[in-house]
Amino acid sequence: MRGHLILRVVSKLLIPFLLLFALYVQFHGDFGPGGGFQAGVIVAAAFVLYALIFGLREMQRIIPPAALEVAVPLGVLIYAGVGVLTWFLGGNFLDYGMLDSHDPSHGQHLGILLVEAGVLLTVASTMLLIFYTFAGRGR
Amino acid sequence: MEGLNELAFVLGGVNHWITVFLIMAGLYIIVSRSNMIKKLVGLSIFQTSVYLLYVSPGKIIGGTAPIISDDFAVYSNPLPHVLILTAIVVGVATLALGLALVVRINEAYGSIEEDEVYSDGDWN
Amino acid sequence: MLIDQFPAIVVGVPLVAAALCAIVRNETACWLIALAVAFLSFVGSATMLGQIQEYGVALSYEMGGWAPPAGIELRVDLLSGYLLVLVSLIATAVLIYGRQSVRVEIKESIRGWYYTMYLLCMCGLLGIVITGDAFNAFVFMEISSLSMYTLIALGKDRRALAAAYQYLIMGTIGATMYVIGVGLLFTITGTLNLVDMADRLAPLLDTPAAIAGMAFVVVGLSLKIALFPLHLWLPNAYAFAPSAVTAFLAATATKVSIYLLMRFIYSVFGFGFAIEQTPIPEVVMVLSIAAIFAGSFSAIFQENIKRMLAYSSVAQIGYITLGIALANATGLTGSLVHIFNHAVMKGALFMLVGGIALQIGTVRLSDMAGVGKAMPLTMFGFVLGGFSMLGVPGTVGFVSKWYLAIGALENGWWWVVALLMLSSLLVLAYMGRVIEVAFFRERPEGAPPISEAPKSMLMTAWVFILACIYLGFDTSFTVGVAQQAVDVLMGGAQ
Repeated sequence: MRGHLILRVVSKLLIPFLLLFALYVQFHGDFGPGGGFQAGVIVAAAFVLYALIFGLREMQRIIPPAALEVAVPLGVLIYAGVGVLTWFLGGNFLDYGMLDSHDPSHGQHLGILLVEAGVLLTVASTMLLIFYTFAGRGR
Repeated sequence: MEGLNELAFVLGGVNHWITVFLIMAGLYIIVSRSNMIKKLVGLSIFQTSVYLLYVSPGKIIGGTAPIISDDFAVYSNPLPHVLILTAIVVGVATLALGLALVVRINEAYGSIEEDEVYSDGDWN
Repeated sequence: MLIDQFPAIVVGVPLVAAALCAIVRNETACWLIALAVAFLSFVGSATMLGQIQEYGVALSYEMGGWAPPAGIELRVDLLSGYLLVLVSLIATAVLIYGRQSVRVEIKESIRGWYYTMYLLCMCGLLGIVITGDAFNAFVFMEISSLSMYTLIALGKDRRALAAAYQYLIMGTIGATMYVIGVGLLFTITGTLNLVDMADRLAPLLDTPAAIAGMAFVVVGLSLKIALFPLHLWLPNAYAFAPSAVTAFLAATATKVSIYLLMRFIYSVFGFGFAIEQTPIPEVVMVLSIAAIFAGSFSAIFQENIKRMLAYSSVAQIGYITLGIALANATGLTGSLVHIFNHAVMKGALFMLVGGIALQIGTVRLSDMAGVGKAMPLTMFGFVLGGFSMLGVPGTVGFVSKWYLAIGALENGWWWVVALLMLSSLLVLAYMGRVIEVAFFRERPEGAPPISEAPKSMLMTAWVFILACIYLGFDTSFTVGVAQQAVDVLMGGAQ
């Protein structure tokens, strides 16, 4: 990818905004359309774009596949961990209202934020891992 | 007037017609193609029909996005969208797993044509 | 109260444990985690079943504190408790059994993933049974199916890949059909909670959307059940999966789908509509009898023993659905009892065959000459399991066939009883072939010496074989729970 100057410059310009947009979608999730799934896919798309332009090896140097293999279950653990935490606080599984002892709606805010963070992590790393797995196979 | 009623029937259910078309197109591709990738394409089209089936009745004409506000009384049903988000994720996972299997089959058999794979070796 | 949290613990903990296993990925640690979690689920399920039997009230759990019908409800009644006990029991046993065979059949680098997938699959299967929400059942169905496809593809033979692909296509069509049906029902009722859906559907049952929805749900689930002629994925999937996976798959996956079908037919659409006003009983009746005979006949001509047992599963599924088609309490009891009994005896047989595969390296009938002398305990267990499949009095196979036969006689269908007898002869034919080759033929000259399967495998299989005989005499658990569950199913509808 030495020669494609325009592609390289444009993608370098685009990637920060893609990531920013992903964060917007992520944190907008508890007020309107958005959330971890969509944000995760946008994050993954930004990285996939990087890999397409600068090569898979360069991408794997930045985020090694082994790290992704840990990130996928870690996201699930964050999600489920919130559920387990609410158990210990005396509520039902994933009963976010328990997270704040004063105001349940604050707890719900906090809960959905944590859960969506887990979803973001899992979805983004799953998507990227799928890309790695298919792109890494020679013919 | 007879013709108009029929027209209304056809146009009123246009989302369902498209759903039915997608179901049949998807199933037809799955049944008729022997190439494993094409079969997966058919499977994806088949699953896509479900998205339309769920999401289209959720829209209420004149309704807004489901945001609680005093200015609006009528809003679209958000539940189908959430359900279909899940169904899309399931569809992606299925497609990824299917493609991964096809890659492995190609490595093991050197072919992704179903008639070649299943005729190869003793299946008994 | 801790027991109030049991429904969530039973499915939630396997999910958390699966994620943990994926991070740990050390074989022994993963196995210990999986075993502990499966056992915990079993204890939880058994406690809940005991509780429900004692007080006669279904347990309901509000996921996330949102009350049904808006929130997702986990619901354990007698029927789902019964299935939960079955699935978690088999999952625990197969983990103990599979430790040795997994070491031989699966590469070391992916054994951690194997246990991850196993736990996910268990979580999905338990989830289908425990959830009270139609769409949630679909999600759990896909969790269990996707992990099951992966588990099948781990088989060392390359045909396992093609079998897994075939299962993926058929299974996804089935699940999508199911979700289309649920979508139609959701459109007309506006709810996904099964209990609530049943209430709201009652005045709408004659509408085309309800009938179309029912058709989609029934056909989709029939694909998952592998009801003849939609069974094409089953023989290959069973035959080429790793031994431990086959034992788990054969004993649980189709049973759970049958549970869901019963839920829809009896609880959602109701006996009065689905059985009395639609052609479901007639269609299921014809297909069940076709399954029994086509499955048994195909089994007779198989060279691969795992494939033979797989075709026999197609036939046994026919017995289970026959109970639904008989449309009376006794038949349905037989069907529910056979779900448990078939899981126990087919699980045991597949476990024994897995031991043979480990020792002689193949499961082809022609390679099994003389195995009876070299592995007497394994083959003796196989004979007892065969008796049970045959329905010899004193084994579990007899109990369920007895109830099915009585159920048929209550309807005055003596020809069904005759067909049941006839089908037992076919079982004799295919099980007899294996026994003949194993006991009455000499092991060929120069064949490497073989010995009994490892103790852990043999013992687990024998526990199940002994259970086949014990439950054949003491039917208070299976028949007792099944009869109470039938009362709930039929009582809610009539």
